[in-house]
Amino acid sequence: MSTDLRKVRGLGAAGSGTGHYIHQRVTAIALLFLVPWFVYSIIHAGKAGYEGALTWVAQPVNAILLILTLGAALYHMRLGLQVVIEDYIHRTASKQALLILNTFVVIALAATTMLSVLKIWFSAGA
Amino acid sequence: MAGSGQTDPRPLSPHLQNWNWHATMYGSIFHRVTGAGLYGGAFLIAAWLVALATGPEAYALVESIAFSLPGQLLLFLWAMAVLYHLANGLRHLIWDGPGVGFDPKVASRWSIFNFAFAILGAAAIWSLASLS
Repeated sequence: MSTDLRKVRGLGAAGSGTGHYIHQRVTAIALLFLVPWFVYSIIHAGKAGYEGALTWVAQPVNAILLILTLGAALYHMRLGLQVVIEDYIHRTASKQALLILNTFVVIALAATTMLSVLKIWFSAGA
Repeated sequence: MAGSGQTDPRPLSPHLQNWNWHATMYGSIFHRVTGAGLYGGAFLIAAWLVALATGPEAYALVESIAFSLPGQLLLFLWAMAVLYHLANGLRHLIWDGPGVGFDPKVASRWSIFNFAFAILGAAAIWSLASLS
């Protein structure tokens, strides 16, 4: 998305491609470490039943790593789906609506998942 | 891309049906397909965490879906998608950073390796998860 002024300045389609490229790769590097940890952990936490999963999420190290994983993954997938939308949807109105929806969905998921983790962590110590 | 549709007669690249299919093309397509699939997977992680934060009844519902046959099938496909996107993502980082692996033979073999890694890795996760 760009304003008319941006187009007039001759910055091309958006002028923010480099930042997008770098953010996509920096989150990828983070996920290279976080995703194997997450997959390994979820195998055990998923088998442990309700109490076991609660205990696992309530461990501070796990809660913090979970939030980092969620943050990196959600940001990474917002950038990824943005490119998919821009590649396939050419009608301006639909494209912009989907790009906005993409942002809303990712922020809603971030708020929901991270607050759930914090709730579990904070109520376990009480 | 300002405006929609191409009205001026600019040359077009050959369309999909004119290409020979190579492992690298499947590799590229599946990177995008798995990426989009994992976007959906984020909703499932959200459902799991919300259920866990809500209470035992909600968690039991999520567990009953996850341990059902369609649920297990979905989890297996999900594991394959995660491992493929991870392995192929690492390849993208190596392409972008050190810039090696562009030789056609190497690139083809690497694509096949990533598919094999995803399938065998998902099977390994499956057997790890089934051990009680």
